[in-house]
Amino acid sequence: MRSAREALTASRRAPLLSALGIVTIAFSLFAFGLFGLVAINIRQALDQVEERVEIRAFLSDSTDIESVAAAMKDISGFPEVLRVDYVSEEKALERARKEMGEFADVFESGVLPASIEVHLRPGMRDPASVKAVADRMKTYSFIDDVRYGEEWVEKLYRLRTISTVAGIALGVAFAAVAIIIIGATIRMTVLARAKEISIMRLVGATDMFIRLPFLIDGLVKGVLGGLLALVFVWVANRVVNEYFIQTIFFDRQLIFLGVVGGAVMGVLGSLFSVGRHLRRI
Amino acid sequence: MIRLTEVAKEYPRSGVALTQVSFEVRKGEFVYLTGPSGSGKTTILRLLYMDDKPTKGEVWVNGVSSNTASGREISRLRRRLGIVFQDFRLLEDRSAEANVRFALEVTGAPKATIRAKVARVLTQVGLSSKATNFPRELSGGEQQRVAIARALINDPFVLIADEPTGNLDERATRSVFQLLRDINASGTAVIMATHDLDLVRRSNYRTIELNHGRVVFDSAESPASARPFEEPFEVRDTPSESTERF
Repeated sequence: MRSAREALTASRRAPLLSALGIVTIAFSLFAFGLFGLVAINIRQALDQVEERVEIRAFLSDSTDIESVAAAMKDISGFPEVLRVDYVSEEKALERARKEMGEFADVFESGVLPASIEVHLRPGMRDPASVKAVADRMKTYSFIDDVRYGEEWVEKLYRLRTISTVAGIALGVAFAAVAIIIIGATIRMTVLARAKEISIMRLVGATDMFIRLPFLIDGLVKGVLGGLLALVFVWVANRVVNEYFIQTIFFDRQLIFLGVVGGAVMGVLGSLFSVGRHLRRI
Repeated sequence: MIRLTEVAKEYPRSGVALTQVSFEVRKGEFVYLTGPSGSGKTTILRLLYMDDKPTKGEVWVNGVSSNTASGREISRLRRRLGIVFQDFRLLEDRSAEANVRFALEVTGAPKATIRAKVARVLTQVGLSSKATNFPRELSGGEQQRVAIARALINDPFVLIADEPTGNLDERATRSVFQLLRDINASGTAVIMATHDLDLVRRSNYRTIELNHGRVVFDSAESPASARPFEEPFEVRDTPSESTERF
């Protein structure tokens, strides 16, 4: 209680320094937040493209429906498989006419064979898994051909790997910059009160007693900076949505994590700055 | 009450600060620590309030050993010490009263007792009429009195003063020194590091002289005439050579 009061009093004594601290934390978290927003949007776009990864097995003309049903049941049991659909000759024709409207007249009944379409579970859409399922499907005698766009799947997978690695590297870099800036900001507060800290130690205040107001100060600044950063990111997202492209925003869980992250950074920054200072006196 | 046994202190950069320092201070004693700059006076005081630990030997203060004291024990010990510096170390943005009160507040003293205690020590140092003044509105001597009041607020068993009159004029020096004598007369031990030989000569208190980190004279162990302080301190490279005066 006393520590909270002390933290509040210190902020009131140096309002400009406190405001500057919160804004600095907000801007460093804003940069991190913007990066996060770009990362989740790229990821979502890739997820959407990846959903289109499918394996299509073309069936022989004379295949009886019972054999197809039995094979579909088998394939549904594969651990990688999410869903199996049967596409009859008529449906294939209808789809082809719809998808390639300008060639609608070219397609005639009986031109396109019936097929089985297999959709894979998320996380099982990498080239190796796709090929493994395709190879297993080829073992059925009534399946003439299996296609899954091998090259396209490999390119997509490479793109996802690059974006994941770049995301982690940039994320770590942004987070490190944010932590350093927050640490420096809180250190300014600590330095401004260096004399007070040295007197507190001399008259017998415990280290925890000295630290606590700074930790509370760091926590409050971290949370306020985090909330302010969230507002900045939200405004930036609205502008992009309004004038450029449709994007998604953080869900509640990520917003909560962001603010908690700000608080943790504030506390860690304080702990580090005050600790260093206590050792030095 | 205070005992230093074969204490040595060495710093990685500046080298040896103290060598084989041993002495005791009894309850209620007044002790001067004298010697030239860099002779180790401040180092000894820092070891007494356990701001630093000896490299060798042991410092005992009120039952707390420098070799085994935990952070919490050191904090508790400091609440029973009064520490005063040459530069006063007052918080400029607070009144005299708030500066004194600060020492009680940050050590978790019961709120109800604070006001009365602060008023008592400010009266003791003769500053009750200037309780609301800020340090910048006070003279050097008055600022040192506020610092002494802050040091006295927890009823210390010893007052440790590092050159408390170093920044003061003659008149202020006399009045601060008289205050320290009064404090000592009421039973609190005083250990005072000073350069001021006139001050040392004028009173008959125990004197420990340091040079190059060693105790070169202790009036408690030698006859009073052995070190009459007629000459200024000398900075010696070896005990037999005298090279520099200050």
